[in-house]
Amino acid sequence: MTTVRPPNLGVQRSSHVAPLIKHDKVHGSLYTDPAIFADELQKIWYRSWIFVGHESEVAQPGDYVRKRLGLQDVIMTRDRDGEVHLLLNRCAHRGNQVCDDAKGNSATFRCPYHGWTYRNTGELIGFPFFKGYGGRKLDLAMGRVSRVDSYHGFVFGSFAEEGPSLTEHLGAAAGEIDRLARLSPQGRVELTAGWLQHATGANWKLLAENETDGYHPQFVHGSIFGVTGSTIGPLYSDASTAVTRDLRNGHSENDLRPEFRKFAEPMRWFGTTEDRVPDYVAAMRELHGDAADQILIEGAPHVMIFPNLFIAEIQVFNIQPVSVNQCVQYSTAVQLAGAQELNKRMVSQCVGSVGPAGMLLADDTEMYERNQLGIESLQPEWLDVRRGLQRERIDDNGFTIGSATDETGMRGFWSHYASLMEAP
Amino acid sequence: MTKAAGVAEGDKITEVAEGLTAVPVGYDVRDVEQFLYREARFADESDYDSWEALWTDDALYWVPAGNDSADPMQQMSVIYDNRNRISTRLKQLRTGRRYAQAPPSNLRRMITNIELLGGRAAASVGGTDLEVGANFLVLESRARGNHLWGGRVTYRLRRVDGALRMSYKKVVLMDRDKPIPTMGFLI
Repeated sequence: MTTVRPPNLGVQRSSHVAPLIKHDKVHGSLYTDPAIFADELQKIWYRSWIFVGHESEVAQPGDYVRKRLGLQDVIMTRDRDGEVHLLLNRCAHRGNQVCDDAKGNSATFRCPYHGWTYRNTGELIGFPFFKGYGGRKLDLAMGRVSRVDSYHGFVFGSFAEEGPSLTEHLGAAAGEIDRLARLSPQGRVELTAGWLQHATGANWKLLAENETDGYHPQFVHGSIFGVTGSTIGPLYSDASTAVTRDLRNGHSENDLRPEFRKFAEPMRWFGTTEDRVPDYVAAMRELHGDAADQILIEGAPHVMIFPNLFIAEIQVFNIQPVSVNQCVQYSTAVQLAGAQELNKRMVSQCVGSVGPAGMLLADDTEMYERNQLGIESLQPEWLDVRRGLQRERIDDNGFTIGSATDETGMRGFWSHYASLMEAP
Repeated sequence: MTKAAGVAEGDKITEVAEGLTAVPVGYDVRDVEQFLYREARFADESDYDSWEALWTDDALYWVPAGNDSADPMQQMSVIYDNRNRISTRLKQLRTGRRYAQAPPSNLRRMITNIELLGGRAAASVGGTDLEVGANFLVLESRARGNHLWGGRVTYRLRRVDGALRMSYKKVVLMDRDKPIPTMGFLI
C-alpha cells in the first residue's frame, strides 16, 4: 500500500498561539480566528490521537460505519481477520466517495463512478477495462488514518506516522476508562445505542473546556435540577468535597468519588438503590467480592479526554469540529455488557439529558452558542481562567487538583493545547 | 366494527399499515383537523398548559433519531417522553430558565396531507385510538438563525369524556440522519 500523508490544507502557517495563552487567561481570537482553526486541524486533529468510535459499532467482520475525524469522512471497518481500520471515504481514481450508507456490512466498497473496488482494508482489488492501465495491478489504495488503536474498545486514530502511542497519550485518563469498564459484570463497555448528532454553533474548544467545568451546573442546569429534585447540583457546589483534576496531556476530570464515599450508598451515582437493580448488584458482588461495594459506591468517571472524548458517567460524547465557529456533538448512552437492568435505564436517562432536545445538553449548547457570539465582541479581549488558582494543590499521585468548581481542568487543557500548537 | 388490514370495503380499498385496523367509527375528519391545528397553535405559541391538557395519561411523545423503526428502549431518540417526562419537560420550560428556549423561539408550522390511517389498539385503556398521519413544516426563528424543520407526524387520538385527546405523537424528521441544531421547542 502507498504511504498516505495527512490531509494537506495548503500553506503551512506558524500559529503563534503562545502569546494568546496565559496561565490565567486566554485570548478571544483562539475561538474566532479561521487561521488558528486551520492550524488546529493540522497540529491537533490530523496529528494527535482523536476518538472516532467504538469497536462494538463494528462487531462482526465486514461491519462498517461512517464517522468523522476532523473534517474527514472516515469509514470505520472490521476486516475478515477482526482488525479495525479507518479508511478515508475517497476513491484513489477520481476522488469520488466510495461509501454512501451510514453503516452496513460488506467486505468491499465499489466506487459508483468507474467501478473501482476496494477491500474493507482499503486495498484496491479491481478496476474495469484493465487494459487501459496496461495490467491488472495499480499502486493505488484508499487513504487511511495512519495509526489506529483502541482502549477498552474506544477507537482512536492518528494521522501522524510516528508519535506518542495511544497509551502514552491517554496516560492517567486510561484509568478512568478502566473505571467505566469495571462497572460491567463482564468488564466490557459497548456503544451500540446509536448516536445523536447535535449541530452546535460554537468553537469546539468551548465544549472541551465546559465538560469538566464544575462551576456552571447549578446555573445552566438549575431549571432541571429544581423540577426533578436532582442530587447532582450539590456535587458542584462551594461545599462539595469533589475535586477537579488535571490528568495531564490535556485530559481532566471532575472526581466525584469523595462525595459518593461520604454517602457510601451503592448505586447512588446512578440515582438509584441496589434493591432496584438486584441482578446487576448480585453479578458485581459475585465477580468482585468485597471490592464490589467500593466500585458500586464510587460509580462512573466524569472525564474529558483531549481533544474530543467526553465520558459523563453514563453518557459518551464525541466532539468533531466543522469550522472555527461550528462543531457537532455526537452523544450516546453507555451500555455495560452483562448489565441488562442498567442498560435500558441508561438509554432512557441519556435520551432525557443529551442531544438537541436534551434537558441538560440543549442548555449547555445554548451557552456555547451565546459564548461564541459574545467572544465576537472586541472587548475585553481575554477570557478569564484563573478560578481556583490560589487554592490549587497536588494530590497523592502528583496531579494538580482544584475544588469542585475550579478551572483547573481548563488550565490543563490550554497547557497541552499550547504544546501541540507550538510543536514544529 | 373494525376490519382487517387491506380488506375491500365496497368499491373502496382500505390500505392500512401493519397493526392497524379500519378507521374507527365516530371520528369526523374536520374535527380531527381542528384538533391538530389547535395542538399546533399551542405548541407554536408556547402555551404549555393548554398543550399539556391535550395529552392522555398514557401519552407518548417520540422524535426518533436515525432509524425511525428502531427499538426506542435500546436506541437513542431525540425525544422519547412518557406522560411523566412530558410533565418534567414542561415544568423545566415554565421555569423561564430553560435557556435553550428562553427566550422562546418564534414559531409557525403548517400541517398538511392529513389522513385518517386507521384504528390502533390502545392497550392501557382497552379501546381503539384513531391513528392520523400528516406532513409538517415548522419555521423556527431564533437569535441563532432561522431553521426549517420538516417531516412526517403520526398522531393517535381518542375521545376522553367526549373531547378529543392525544395519546401518541411521533415526529419523524426529514433531517434525522444529519446533525440537527438544538430543538428546545415543542415539535
